[in-house]
Amino acid sequence: MNVAIIKYNAGNIYSVSYALKRLGVEAIVTADPERLQKADKVIFPGVGEARTTMDYLRKHRLDVLIKELKQPLLGICLGMQLMCRHSEEGDADCLGIFDVDVKRFLPQAHTDKVPHMGWNTITALRSGLFDERQEQQFVYFVHSYYVPVNPFTAATTDYILPFSAALHKDNFYATQFHPEKSGSVGEAILHNFLKL
Amino acid sequence: MLAKRIIPCLDIKEGKTVKGVNFVNFRDAGDPVELGAQYSRAGADELVYLDITASHEGRKTFTELVKRVAAHINIPFTVGGGIHELADVDRLLSAGADKVSLNSAALRNPALIEEIATHFGSQVCVVAIDANFEQGDWICYLNGGRIPTERRLFEWAAEAESRGAGEILFTSMTHDGVKDGYANEALATLAEQLHIPIIASGGAGKREHFRDAFTLGKADAALAASVFHFGEIAIDDLKRYLRAEGIVVRL
Repeated sequence: MNVAIIKYNAGNIYSVSYALKRLGVEAIVTADPERLQKADKVIFPGVGEARTTMDYLRKHRLDVLIKELKQPLLGICLGMQLMCRHSEEGDADCLGIFDVDVKRFLPQAHTDKVPHMGWNTITALRSGLFDERQEQQFVYFVHSYYVPVNPFTAATTDYILPFSAALHKDNFYATQFHPEKSGSVGEAILHNFLKL
Repeated sequence: MLAKRIIPCLDIKEGKTVKGVNFVNFRDAGDPVELGAQYSRAGADELVYLDITASHEGRKTFTELVKRVAAHINIPFTVGGGIHELADVDRLLSAGADKVSLNSAALRNPALIEEIATHFGSQVCVVAIDANFEQGDWICYLNGGRIPTERRLFEWAAEAESRGAGEILFTSMTHDGVKDGYANEALATLAEQLHIPIIASGGAGKREHFRDAFTLGKADAALAASVFHFGEIAIDDLKRYLRAEGIVVRL
């Protein structure tokens, strides 16, 4: 199988390729339009800041390319947020694949720390990313912004309020958590994605 | 619910694991990647690898180790030791680390916290504080607990947060190696005072100590080394115990 990871100015995109290698898949990390278009699966990872990253994607015309991909695509963390319409982080206009806006967590109590960092459970799962084994299982999150629950929500997590832990629409899949850092549960989710 | 985290810490010298008892007298405790993988299978939520090598050669060995850890371990890990400037952080994150832990470098050059937060985000920046309780106050130490400073724990932790630290890893030198429990009072004060996660370190001897760090100390995570390395506490047993005690943990 030919899996491509979109290369851009984000940190730690290699942990995704390491995770795929543990599943026996040698992914390519590339920003080359042709190689991305020809891949069987595309992963859009992300650690970084929304506005800077969107500027970078536009400059390299990756914004149009990503939206027009037809094969299964998985956005991770910032990748998922950038697939939405707009983010409060840097007041950034994003790709608009999912018609929903990204908000900043507002603590309601002293114990509500931002970022939401650590292991939390996912529930109300749907889409081909998940099977019954992941319901109520813990996965690893690190984020200060969230996507509200909306018609594309494919998994829900509760922190300060219920938010979207995953999204799905047509060939576009996304997780707010890091499957590549979520132990065996995350590996099963990546495996499900590769099988789509 | 967000789970409380259990974090084994591996001290690394020349690419191998060691554990300090009260910051001196080292004993060998195995291959770092294999040990990390075992902890991950047993249910560790994160790992911390601290490089205690001083030499330039040792730094290269450690970077190679970080790459091996990233390739083999499927949970987040933090690396610390020998970080002096932004380039060191870049090197370790590029090698696959999820977070870096700053200790002496942050005390010597607090602006480094801001640089890291700006370039890579607060979530990668853990500020580690070694402090000893003496004459009624918590004194911060440099160089693995060897050199006292003018800094006090609570003011330094607050400054680190305001400069952009994503987490505070507080090691009580008073409690470290004694195995009589964590510094719960000081931990609770930190939790009240700060808005970022606190990792408790120093003093774990039995399962109850972890429970107390979470309930009395209000910590978000608890770190330990020797009780895990020498098999005195198994992580899976510990987590089942904590869940039975009503603490949310990942099982």
